Amino acid sequence: MADTATGGAVVGGLQHLRTYGQIAWLWIRAAWQYPTSFVLLAIGNGLITGLDFVGLWIMFAHLDDLKGFTLHEVALLYGSASLALAIADTAIGSVERIGTYIRTGRLDQMMTKPVPLLVQVCADQFTLRRLGRLTQASIVFGWACTYVDWTPLRVVVAVSMLISGGLVFFGLFVGFSCIQFWTTDATEFANAFTYGGATVTQYPLNIFPREVLVGLTFVIPVAFVNWYPCLYLLGRSDPSGMPYALQFASPVAGVLTMAAALLVWRSGVRHYTSTGS
Amino acid sequence: MSTDADRHDPTQAGALIEVQDLERTFDVRRRVEGRRRRSREQVVAVHDLTFSVRPGEMVGYIGPNGAGKSTTIKMLTGILVPTGGRVQVAGLDPSRNRVELTRRIGVVFGQRSTLWWDLPLIDSFELLQRMYRIPPARYRENLDRFIEILDLGDQLDTPVRQLSLGQRMRGDITAALLHDPEVLYLDEPTIGLDVVSKGRLREFLRSLNAERNTTLMLTTHDLQDIEALCERVIVIDHGTSVYDGSLAGLHAQGGSTRTLVVDLVDEAPPIDVPGAEVRRVEGPRQWLSFPSDASAAPIVAAVASAYDVADLSIQEPDIEDVIRDLYSRGAQA
Repeated sequence: MADTATGGAVVGGLQHLRTYGQIAWLWIRAAWQYPTSFVLLAIGNGLITGLDFVGLWIMFAHLDDLKGFTLHEVALLYGSASLALAIADTAIGSVERIGTYIRTGRLDQMMTKPVPLLVQVCADQFTLRRLGRLTQASIVFGWACTYVDWTPLRVVVAVSMLISGGLVFFGLFVGFSCIQFWTTDATEFANAFTYGGATVTQYPLNIFPREVLVGLTFVIPVAFVNWYPCLYLLGRSDPSGMPYALQFASPVAGVLTMAAALLVWRSGVRHYTSTGS
Repeated sequence: MSTDADRHDPTQAGALIEVQDLERTFDVRRRVEGRRRRSREQVVAVHDLTFSVRPGEMVGYIGPNGAGKSTTIKMLTGILVPTGGRVQVAGLDPSRNRVELTRRIGVVFGQRSTLWWDLPLIDSFELLQRMYRIPPARYRENLDRFIEILDLGDQLDTPVRQLSLGQRMRGDITAALLHDPEVLYLDEPTIGLDVVSKGRLREFLRSLNAERNTTLMLTTHDLQDIEALCERVIVIDHGTSVYDGSLAGLHAQGGSTRTLVVDLVDEAPPIDVPGAEVRRVEGPRQWLSFPSDASAAPIVAAVASAYDVADLSIQEPDIEDVIRDLYSRGAQA
């Protein structure tokens, strides 16, 4: 019984994923009707996000290290966080627009379709414009990886870091976007946590007081996106003296954040159907 | 509330839509002047609403703005949870089985398109095929048929934002019907359409109902929509049903009037003919009102024989007037 139930859930999940892919593909096709605009947007996006890293580079022209971290170590932190953000942003960035969907009645329309609301919202207006960030982040990350002393376990940690980081950002995006179910326009407030959290992770977290690090671990868990796993990849002990086990805890943090976000989403939808606004 | 003889029994078996003592209240926060805190107020959008619809019926659901029409539709589609009473569509509780119900119903919101604005029309249809997992053969058959009847063949590759209002509406209706729903809810389907488009749309809905026995429930301000399509009308005002029966019965209840507009060759004192009353005079033009159930022919003949008439036209009663009339009578009684 339990097996068939799980099987059903998996099949259902895969079908939703397929529907997501089909909706996303339509949007890519639509964007491709204007190829020049598409390419320019992607390049522009890459250049703008690239400036972030140029900033770090310039900073290192005047410093030898940042709180004990060298340029290529910071590049690893920056690259991995940026990559995770780009993945999450590309996959589900549209969820930020939930307030607009509520105001325009689009959400009502979506509720009359046989596909879970979250799948529809995330796939709507899917854009590869963020491909720019993705490319830029991949290059920085790839470059920084050449300085890592690889072992099989480190490869596993690196791969799981990117997936878990994506999940953490997925959770933060969805969770904080849900505020809009209660107050219509809270995008800026949500951005402070999502994009704000992403910006913070571009630096070694030991530049912050320990209390901030604790907050970034247990409240807004962005430290799991790159900080803890990168410490392991770099073979460093935690400068803030946090437990060693945290360096392997990213998948747990990713799954928990996402699960929490899905719960918030469900109560958001329930609030919407019980108040209609 | 209604005493109409052909009111439908809400508890009859085999009903497709069943609404019983339905209630919906909203908590509204209002800013009170001179106070910092907002007061909470309960607004009743729908209450004591009871009706049922049999498969294949075409029902006009009408009422003034703010009467609770869209709140009802939202509860019937599961977008909104009722605060009281019971609602069942196709044997399902809409808010609890919303996703399951979406496969059995089609919804068209006249003012807002369900189509993807930037994508070619055909892309929206293909996407819906995948969302509903419509078997390819069935999809093809439905699409071909709707495209032909609704004359959408040339628009398939046009982005939705470039379509005219009428084309978009036909696209929306096609989109709502591809998965063979048992019920089609239409919210103001003809709003903003020209006469030809309106006529074609009504014709299509009639044939849909005749051929597939699709149940239609439409909200509209256009009395002609109702006249062309619905054998049954439910009037809602202040959140509750004030009339449920035939359209003719509604006219009789409302005691509404039609208006004969007469353009005389020269200015004249108010026209005096039996059975009609002058409401307004403006130069050579005069407005005469007469009961809706009376024939216009003798009045027109009387006017034409006694005056030099340049032109004549008859204005049908506005549905809003009928309802307003009906309701003010209800309030007096």
